[in-house]
Amino acid sequence: MVKPIIDWLVYDIFKMRQGTLFSEALNFFLYDTIKIFFLLTVIIFAVAIIRTFFSPEKTRAILSHKQGYWGNVLAALLGIVTPFCSCSAVPLFLGFVEAGVPLGVTFSFLVASPMINEVALVMLWGLFGWKISFIYIGSGLVIAIFSGLVIGKLKVEELVEHFDHKKQTCCAQPIGITFNDRVAYAKGYTADLLKNIWLFVILGIGLGAWIHGYVPADFLAKYAGKGNWFAVPLVTLIGIPLYSNAAGVIPLVSALTEKGVAMGTALSFMMAVTALSLPEFIILRKAMKLKLLIIFASVVGIGIIFTGYLFNLILK
Amino acid sequence: MKIEILGMGCPKCKQLTANAEAAVKELNISAEISKVTDIDKITQYGVMMTPALAVDSTVVSVGKVLSKDEIKRIISK
Repeated sequence: MVKPIIDWLVYDIFKMRQGTLFSEALNFFLYDTIKIFFLLTVIIFAVAIIRTFFSPEKTRAILSHKQGYWGNVLAALLGIVTPFCSCSAVPLFLGFVEAGVPLGVTFSFLVASPMINEVALVMLWGLFGWKISFIYIGSGLVIAIFSGLVIGKLKVEELVEHFDHKKQTCCAQPIGITFNDRVAYAKGYTADLLKNIWLFVILGIGLGAWIHGYVPADFLAKYAGKGNWFAVPLVTLIGIPLYSNAAGVIPLVSALTEKGVAMGTALSFMMAVTALSLPEFIILRKAMKLKLLIIFASVVGIGIIFTGYLFNLILK
Repeated sequence: MKIEILGMGCPKCKQLTANAEAAVKELNISAEISKVTDIDKITQYGVMMTPALAVDSTVVSVGKVLSKDEIKRIISK
């Protein structure tokens, strides 16, 4: 629906010749920007409403009774809908563990929560389509579940710092919440999030549009195509320091896949950007010994690399 | 009155502190505002989302930057 309007704007109003590199890049940029911002606003608002029904306290209460595989599965699923911010990662982590949520189950939550977030999903859906979005969600859940199971089996409880069994003196009481409160929260949340990411989104789409228009097709096939086995682990490493820019990275990756970057490699990169985050590791160091952090990053990293190879094999 | 802002130093915690200070100033009451950054204390309060606000050692809000007016309403109760 937006496409004809953009075409009219670029080719009729701006009087640009169809088929030139610049007009194609501009057209691509305007179309993607409008589409993504529309999707972001609608989806973030909807997710924020859903989130008002979930709180870390509720999630913790559900998970503290769960043992075995189901605990990990449930933790990964709840990770999608429970509000999470890397700045709260430490109190959340300790709050879970001290309330008796098994360590492995807590890790399943900690992996899924940042990886499968609404911003990443909107960008994936808008720029790659629903199929890749579902592959991303599915693999993300599997990585979160298995990472938690592996860490649970390793028996690394003594590597958690500040751990004490003293029960909390009081608990933040859930306050009664009305429908209007939910809407007000969602509005504020959407506005805040958009304010934080809009520049990255525009820069990402802008750079993506430039690549789309100016970089020759298959330019990167030699370096990041399926033939290069080294590409998957390399992009996973590169993704670690890029956390806060997930909104800008995905449009860029979308453009790069047109230029020869294999899909599995692209998935690994995006997952590393969202799930392995250096700032979050630095924060989590306050609650975990370095050894546990390294185990956590390695297990998730291996899962991400495996996913990359797998989809490089499966997808065309 | 003792007002505590719980958080490990994120930008949102600073914003909440500023809002609390403004609220106290406008109400013209004597209140002691302090920041709690120690993780042991934060977990003892049972807080899992920061920033949180505690008034006289009772947690009244978690994971939210309350506006100046919201804080005024809470502390004038």
